[in-house]
Amino acid sequence: MSSGVQARPARGGLVRAVLRTPRGAVAVVFLALLTTACVCAPLLTRFGPLDQHIDAVRGLPSGTYWLGTDVLGRDLLSRILFGGRSSLLGVVEAVVAQLLVAVPAGLVAGYFGGLVDRALMRLAELLMSIPAIMILLAVLAIFGNSLPVAMIALGVLSSGGLMRLVRGAALVAREELYVTAAELMGLSRTQVMLRHVLGRCRGVIIVQTSLFAAIALGVQTGLTFLGLGPQPPEPTWGGMVAEAASVFSQDPWMLVPPGTIIALTVLAFGVLGDVVRDATSERQSAAGTGRARHRTAPAGTAAAPSDALLSVQGLSVAVGGDTPLRLLDDVSFEIAAGEVVGLVGESGSGKSMTARALIGLLPTNCLVESGHVVFDGKALREADFRALRGREIAMISQEPMAALDPSFRIGSLVGEVVRTLEGKRGKAVTERVVELLTMVEIPDAADVARRYPHQISGGMAQRVAIAMALAGGPRLLIADEPTTALDVTVQAEILDLLRRLQQENGMAVLLVSHNLGVIADMCSEVLVLYAGQVVEQAAVDALFAAPAHPYAAALLASSPEKAGIGQPIRAIPGTVPSPEDWPTGCRFANRCELAEPECRGEAIPLVDVGADHRSRCIRIPVLLEQEATR
Amino acid sequence: MLRLLANRLALSVPLLFVVSVLVFGLASLVPGDAARTILGEQATPEAVAYLRNQLGLDQPWYERYGSWLAGVLHGDFGTSILSGQDVWTTLNTRLGVTLSLVLTALVVSTVIGVALGLVSAVRGGVLGRVVDVLSLIGLALPNFWIAIVLVSLFAVQFRLFPATGYVPLTASPSEWISSLAMPVAALSLLGIAIIGKQTRDSVLDTLGAEYVRVLRANGVSERRIVFVHVLRNAAIPIVTAMGVVAVGMVGGSVFIESVFVLPGLGSLATQSTLDHDLPVILGLGVYFTMLVIVVNVLVDLAYGFLNPKVRAS
Repeated sequence: MSSGVQARPARGGLVRAVLRTPRGAVAVVFLALLTTACVCAPLLTRFGPLDQHIDAVRGLPSGTYWLGTDVLGRDLLSRILFGGRSSLLGVVEAVVAQLLVAVPAGLVAGYFGGLVDRALMRLAELLMSIPAIMILLAVLAIFGNSLPVAMIALGVLSSGGLMRLVRGAALVAREELYVTAAELMGLSRTQVMLRHVLGRCRGVIIVQTSLFAAIALGVQTGLTFLGLGPQPPEPTWGGMVAEAASVFSQDPWMLVPPGTIIALTVLAFGVLGDVVRDATSERQSAAGTGRARHRTAPAGTAAAPSDALLSVQGLSVAVGGDTPLRLLDDVSFEIAAGEVVGLVGESGSGKSMTARALIGLLPTNCLVESGHVVFDGKALREADFRALRGREIAMISQEPMAALDPSFRIGSLVGEVVRTLEGKRGKAVTERVVELLTMVEIPDAADVARRYPHQISGGMAQRVAIAMALAGGPRLLIADEPTTALDVTVQAEILDLLRRLQQENGMAVLLVSHNLGVIADMCSEVLVLYAGQVVEQAAVDALFAAPAHPYAAALLASSPEKAGIGQPIRAIPGTVPSPEDWPTGCRFANRCELAEPECRGEAIPLVDVGADHRSRCIRIPVLLEQEATR
Repeated sequence: MLRLLANRLALSVPLLFVVSVLVFGLASLVPGDAARTILGEQATPEAVAYLRNQLGLDQPWYERYGSWLAGVLHGDFGTSILSGQDVWTTLNTRLGVTLSLVLTALVVSTVIGVALGLVSAVRGGVLGRVVDVLSLIGLALPNFWIAIVLVSLFAVQFRLFPATGYVPLTASPSEWISSLAMPVAALSLLGIAIIGKQTRDSVLDTLGAEYVRVLRANGVSERRIVFVHVLRNAAIPIVTAMGVVAVGMVGGSVFIESVFVLPGLGSLATQSTLDHDLPVILGLGVYFTMLVIVVNVLVDLAYGFLNPKVRAS
């Protein structure tokens, strides 16, 4: 997720955003129509809600009575529209009461903090524990069936949740620069709260209010169903359900109009809340919940035979459904048994995507468009990956703390892998777990095995993750930025450990990193990735001595070790273009000092520039000349 | 963990106090009271005044509250104005019915909701849609409406279950089940919807977690990942949803017990509201609040069991 400033839609933007979604538009239009129809009920209906038509008792819908009639021959449409007035009014009363209590209290608590905050939050907690329905019934008993009082009471009693949410939003808003700036400019606290903090909380308030409106309507109809509130013959939606219930067996129709209108109105409120939440939250929708499809390559591009342990051949990966967006573009490379290969590039270059494709664990909405992953001479399909994972190919990840299931002890996590991969049972598992933890240089392994992940450090967690990955004795280890999240001193320890284990076990390693120092330290071969393409591939020595791609050269020049003391680090200007902006020509051209018009023309091929050294650049001679003179 | 529980229990005392003061305070705000209700609109002012005096209604509200509170502290919740029965005894005898209804409905909602949510999250596609539509229906249709449809279909049309009434478990287990089947179904629909939706959301969230990817990368089977790791971690928000559902069901019992004429706390609440029977309403307020507190304590205990971080603190 981007950590940039969240672009919140402006006031008009939110309305438009809601109306743009079909669901939101339908909900808004429905509620607007219903409200108008109820307000204008006397103008719209042919019959009064209390008019009895003895000639048309319990009628089905007809040209005269559009929704039919009840036991006394009263027009159901008229009763629904007139009954809707008390229902909608009840909702408004409850909602307004809730807003009047929760919003000021939440703002004050969040903005001032301290004792005020603690007292108000205790109050909110208290309110949330009160069984609202009982108090409502008491209120109704005491106030002689006054529904407005009951609905206002409901609003007040339900304000705890909204109060908390507004407080949370106000807390966040208070820390933001523009609020501080407004205060510095001399706006009073009240002004700041109303203008800026409230603006920030708008989304939360609308979402909660619509969901609460749905609940309030449910309570209002429930109470009128029980015969509380307006008394017969006054029409209410709940009362209509109760009346229909008495004759339901003979005339089931009468139950349909009030049930439908209640359900539709509740739904409309609920949908409105959902749509506003989607429009205002950063969280992406859970679209694409299907499985990742690992489409096999089109016929005619059969995997080429290979002696290497792992051979990636023309791998292209795309994200999304109808118009897939390519994230990896025709990536090819090989890893020999026991070889350590580095994969380097900035964020967004496709490093992690490559790593995940190699173990068959692409994100759910991504798919392999073309190409092959050939392991041990065999082109892999999705089912094949499952059998290889842990046994032949294993992986350690960027965030060691997130890599361990927080609900289980270290010993049981490692033990589970041991049981799965080695088929051990009972005491043998415990022994093997301690052996593995000792192998990754964890002192007092038996003690660590009894701890939960939150009780150990990040470096320790990465050691545990390495132990799990090595349990099955894999021949290829994919290490996806294994030290990025760790302290510098711990980084070195983990790299030393990885190097030792690699040498002892003779396994191949694909080391993904954005740190060239790490790559130089560990690898014999290196691949440079940029915007989903391999731009340079070389032996580590060759690349460091004479990079043949301007991007690799810039990466080298930008590493902190290169800059002398007191000199600025030569950062590469600009950022990696996102996949939708990839140009047809050289993808690095816009950031390249050597770019010429022809670089932006056709796609640049990957060409040999020496023995086992390839580059995707047409300005290599100029680059090499420049480097020689530097 | 212990601190959390202690905090929760410490809050329950002022909570009960607030609820009772709230009801009492409200009652003192308005003219007209049980005396008028008992005697009817035609009664002479003298007769009403006499009855008010008899019932102690002519004293200021705080004095009445004081004597009520003193009674409660001795386990005496007073007597019903209308029936003259002891409130505490009435509540206790009716608790069994409501507990049978709510607990059964909670179990049904949890089992079905978790199963539906899990399947729809893991399988997605058409099943996911089905669960979405079902939960929409469960959220939108009021439970009393569903109850009426159930009664007319399964009691009147097919004669499978009795339309109304309650048979205690101790009297006849089979009749107990058939007397509860429809009320439980009507009450469970919303619970299934809420728990199902929560399960789906939190399972989807958990399936995207880094440790799930790592478990897959280490060759752990998909079945173990879903049933051991994902379900365990998704359980915390599901338990929260169960707490919300349980509290909602205690409130929903007011409507359901009225439709099915079950002699529980909910129907007592409706009846005493219609009768303006304040001692019973007060007793019910305290009783319901205690039920909510019990639910919250159970939820806290479940958090402690499920989340090692909470347990440690």
